[in-house]
Amino acid sequence: MEQLYQQVILDHSKARSGEGELDSPHGASFQVNPTCGDECTVQVSLEGQRLAQLAWSGKGCSISQASLSLMYEMVDGEPLEQAEQLGETFRELIHNRGHELTPEKMELLEDLSAFTGVGRYSARVKCALLGWMALREALAQARHHTGASGQPPQTQA
Amino acid sequence: MTDLLDLAGDFPLLSRTVREGKPLVYLDTGATSQKPGQVLDAERAFNERHNAAVHRGAHQIAEEATEAFESARSAVAAFVGADFGEIVWTKNATEALNLVSHGFLNASLGRGGADAARFKLAPGDEIVVTELEHHANLVPWQELAAKTGAKLRWIPVTPEGRLDLEQLSVITDRTRVVAFTHASNVTGAVTEVAPVVERAKSVGAYTVLDACQSAAHMPVDLHDLGVDFAAFSGHKMLGPTGVGALYGREELLQALPPFLTGGSMVEVVTMEETTFMPPPQRFEAGTQMVAQTVGMHAAVDYLSAVGMERLAAHEDHMGQLLLEGLAEVPGVRLLGPTSSAQRLAVIAFDVPGVHPHDVGQVLDDQGIAVRVGHHCAQPVHRRFGVHASTRASAGVYTTTADVEAFVKGLHQVVKFFA
Repeated sequence: MEQLYQQVILDHSKARSGEGELDSPHGASFQVNPTCGDECTVQVSLEGQRLAQLAWSGKGCSISQASLSLMYEMVDGEPLEQAEQLGETFRELIHNRGHELTPEKMELLEDLSAFTGVGRYSARVKCALLGWMALREALAQARHHTGASGQPPQTQA
Repeated sequence: MTDLLDLAGDFPLLSRTVREGKPLVYLDTGATSQKPGQVLDAERAFNERHNAAVHRGAHQIAEEATEAFESARSAVAAFVGADFGEIVWTKNATEALNLVSHGFLNASLGRGGADAARFKLAPGDEIVVTELEHHANLVPWQELAAKTGAKLRWIPVTPEGRLDLEQLSVITDRTRVVAFTHASNVTGAVTEVAPVVERAKSVGAYTVLDACQSAAHMPVDLHDLGVDFAAFSGHKMLGPTGVGALYGREELLQALPPFLTGGSMVEVVTMEETTFMPPPQRFEAGTQMVAQTVGMHAAVDYLSAVGMERLAAHEDHMGQLLLEGLAEVPGVRLLGPTSSAQRLAVIAFDVPGVHPHDVGQVLDDQGIAVRVGHHCAQPVHRRFGVHASTRASAGVYTTTADVEAFVKGLHQVVKFFA
């Protein structure tokens, strides 16, 4: 159990960062986990090629809430490409059935590496990725609205 | 005190271990029950000895298969207090409920001739459901309302999680259908059927009962209850998946237009049109789930041998133990009646500050299987101001030891997330 619920996950699920709403986001996405009704909304606004602001709201289990909270801390204010790359690496980790990725990728993930164990529980994969699905969609929308160039990296479900 | 029933040994799956060697504590019977060896054996024996297409073929095995199929219908009918011709096989209860709602829809579109006119719905008519329903007995009625222009109304739920029988005035002269659950799969509350049926009858509305939870856990006599239609499923009552049944009063099934059409349900087919067989065949299009009906036959035989009164008494005791155990865990909020009277051993609850997924995960780590989520009943969760809940539900095989393990596990959950 302690492997799944790493301290950093428990901490972030209680003291969450980045909850709120933006006044005029460039992109927003609402996602729901139909098996349990968990939901989240992620809003983003861009400045050129930078994810200038991110805010999220939602309700869900500790895994989904901690994932959103950490996502905020790691991508808010960062270059778009970096945020999207992080999202893809995180997806890869969660789909890796509980095994770590290469040391370089684990380093990139920083605290998100605490989610490694989630991949062992197929029922929880969606929980960990819910916020990141919203982020991906919100960013695609924002790129479209702002005309920010560049393509998001290759994606996997 | 020893348990009234000690039947876990009949259920092969219950002897397995989970999560690295932990004995399984199965408290998710409300979602699907485990199956006794008798049911598994019956299906296998049918497939090994008697498998053939039913109602066709002049060979001996086809006759045997048809005999097995129809004798299963007979056994299931007797089990729920219905006549042979009043039971229609469906793949599950959801299909059974859709069969009724689509029968009404097809009648509303003019199908079924003069006989079916009694099922016509139009703008100005109303369909009454309840806030307690499983989505299977809600969404088909929403769809029927949207397609016919009828209005959907609903009976609310009391703070205790029962149908609010003070609010039966929702059923009016405009009401054509009243669809309601016999026992909630969330609050466990058993509905007092008589007042609902009486009120519906007084305004000439048809009644449709979701008997999925009840048929498996208490004696049910559909003729006594006086409902017009009822649905239940095999897999919730120790039988196989892939088989369920619709009960319909004979006179109504005679008049109801078919839902699924195609092979096996027709008399004369020309390029222009088709005449349909009488019920129940009219509603059994395509190749049927024969082995599953044989399994369901074995399931109702098993339940009858145990005795539904004894089973209900045993499960009532398990329900009491669950409720007492839950009350000891600090902060936990029960969604449903606090006493085991007029209630099934289906115990849904909220652990404030801990999401049901997390509750279920920590229980699972101890080998305890419960349901988490909205249990296909979002409106009643909304009624209680929660998104989702954790649910422990007992069955014929549940033991005091299972309940003790669950209560201990729940204390562990609260400690873990404190």
